[in-house]
Amino acid sequence: MGIQDRLIEDVGLREGVKRLTEDKIEKVVQGVLKGETGARLAAYNEICMRCGLCSEACHFYLSHDGDPSYSPVGKVQQTMAQLIKKKGRVSPDDIYGMAQIAYTECNLCRRCVHFCPVGIDTGYIMSTVRRICHKLGVTPQYIQDTAHSHSATFNQMWVKDDEWPDSLQWQEDEAREEFPGLRIPLDKEGADIYYSVIAPEPKFRTQLIYQAAAIFNAAGVDWTMPSEPGWDNSDMCMFTGDFEMMGRLKRRHFESAQKLKVKRIVMGECGHAFRSIYDMGNRWVAWKMYPVPVIHSIEFFWELMKQGKIKLAKKYPGPVTVHDPCNVVRGRGHHEKLRELVRFLIDGEIIETASNREHNICCTAGGGVINCGPPFKNVRLAGSKAKADELRATGVKTIVAPCHNCHGGLEDTVKRYELGMHIKFLGDIIYECMEKPS
Amino acid sequence: MHDIYNLVTGPLAWLAWAIFIVGSVYRLAIMYILAKKKDAASMAYMSWGFSLRSIINWLIPFNALGWRRNPVMTVATFAFHICLVLAPIFLLAHVVLWDQFFGVEYPVFRENVTDIMSMIVVAGALVFAGRRLFQKEVRYVTTCQDWLILVIAVLPFLTGILAYHQIFNYQTMVILHILTGEIMLAAIPFTRLSHMLFAVFTRAYMGSEFGGVRRVKDW
Ligand code: SF4
Ligand code: SF4
Repeated sequence: MGIQDRLIEDVGLREGVKRLTEDKIEKVVQGVLKGETGARLAAYNEICMRCGLCSEACHFYLSHDGDPSYSPVGKVQQTMAQLIKKKGRVSPDDIYGMAQIAYTECNLCRRCVHFCPVGIDTGYIMSTVRRICHKLGVTPQYIQDTAHSHSATFNQMWVKDDEWPDSLQWQEDEAREEFPGLRIPLDKEGADIYYSVIAPEPKFRTQLIYQAAAIFNAAGVDWTMPSEPGWDNSDMCMFTGDFEMMGRLKRRHFESAQKLKVKRIVMGECGHAFRSIYDMGNRWVAWKMYPVPVIHSIEFFWELMKQGKIKLAKKYPGPVTVHDPCNVVRGRGHHEKLRELVRFLIDGEIIETASNREHNICCTAGGGVINCGPPFKNVRLAGSKAKADELRATGVKTIVAPCHNCHGGLEDTVKRYELGMHIKFLGDIIYECMEKPS
Repeated sequence: MHDIYNLVTGPLAWLAWAIFIVGSVYRLAIMYILAKKKDAASMAYMSWGFSLRSIINWLIPFNALGWRRNPVMTVATFAFHICLVLAPIFLLAHVVLWDQFFGVEYPVFRENVTDIMSMIVVAGALVFAGRRLFQKEVRYVTTCQDWLILVIAVLPFLTGILAYHQIFNYQTMVILHILTGEIMLAAIPFTRLSHMLFAVFTRAYMGSEFGGVRRVKDW
């Protein structure tokens, strides 16, 4: 029972630890603990009562038959508690295990916060372990590749500068067949909204941009997208612990919106990018309030619906269940708006999973876990058993999940546990049901 | 015997209280300075309203999700902490001492009430110990500190009960009772018992963060 019994080979972690010595580890750990953490971590470390109440919060623990090494406090015990106790003097092999725990066995979903009487934030502790691993150069290969892409291109998917406007124009062309006169306005100064997406959209889910364009077109929204870097709101660097790069990304994103003098940024159906804006990136660049108002597309679609700007030709057949993405629900309280919107769109009921709203169980993909790639896929899917059980119990065929990470994760879960369900973005449903020119 | 009694009720008592008070103030002050210096990005979001909202909600038994999912632990935790704090304050013998030394007088609980409360503390500690021994997710993370503070917390009550019921030698028990009580006081600022000082702040911070930034409940 413990991380050393379940190490998984990953070239990023392996090559990373090869370069380490105990002296180097000690220096880096001390640097982070003394330089970047303060009373918060010190208090958490001191007053965690080791009561184990947080265990039941965590889907990894629940899904692994109550294996204590997967519980929130169990993971802290194997990582940060050791680093603090040994003042950073741990072996490279220890670091391998700690990196595996922090990057692949915690979604930073913070459900455990709802179970801890003294208010300990395990997600923060795990992020700090990741920060240390990043500084030691020990990160899973796949997620590191996306972090490198951010550094080189300011987007997550190595989308080149000319490929981005190309993809948009291609979608505009396609959409004009269905919606004559539709535009994807690039670099329009002073638009009401600036629509920003994550790089996987142009890369492999281009239809989502098509759908968003169709919806905005139908609703008569005054919108724009930037043609230059800054368009990608995603942030894998936040998850790897590369906070310097996280700060640069957020700054670039906001600057591109400021350059266009837009009124608001609307973010696509993604959760982690939202977290980077309200929680992590903004603080790193020392913005208490961000320089341009930002809303998530749940909120924006909800507004359009309320204002009667989207006309529906039909309703989507229900019943459905709703998956609450941690970063926009536990992270931003959008659960009721999400439900109102879904009720508007479907014909039938919402069947709730046993844990819902701010107490939802995580999809097991978030927090960068799915981005750690194939080596860790089986563990991730084993970890989503608790979610699968709750989904199965609803007995419905459709899951509404307004987040890219959740989407990807739930697709795998549905396949692995043979749930026979399909997963929909809000944009999918709105596009499918809205009035279109015949 | 008398000399030892005088020692524990005199100089040692002063020492224990001094360590407790000065130590607590010192630790709180250092933490505050550290938080100011290093946790500015967190401190900026602290809010009174959301702090209190969280604290109050967590003080209601079975209100928070964590409490609801662990009924035995909830009952044990609430009973243990309430009795641990109130019994010593309102115990007749203690109030008599306050009166004798400082002329401070206030109402007391009936003696059999404080007796039962002390037993509840011991029973609560047994539940905690049982979990540490038999529940695997708790055993996995238990350290020596956790046992140490459990023993430190329970001894004054155990010896108090024994003394009150005149089991074993009364004089010895009273002295042990006072001594263990003093150890507990002095240990508060410097062991995991410091959750008495810090938990209110960690809770307040989590409440502010969840209420103000994340706009959801944290219970
Ligand atoms: S943040 Fe989520 S995944 Fe991480 S330990 Fe807590 S409940 Fe588990
Ligand atoms: S519930 Fe909180 S105090 Fe208890 S073990 Fe978990 S993190 Fe520590």
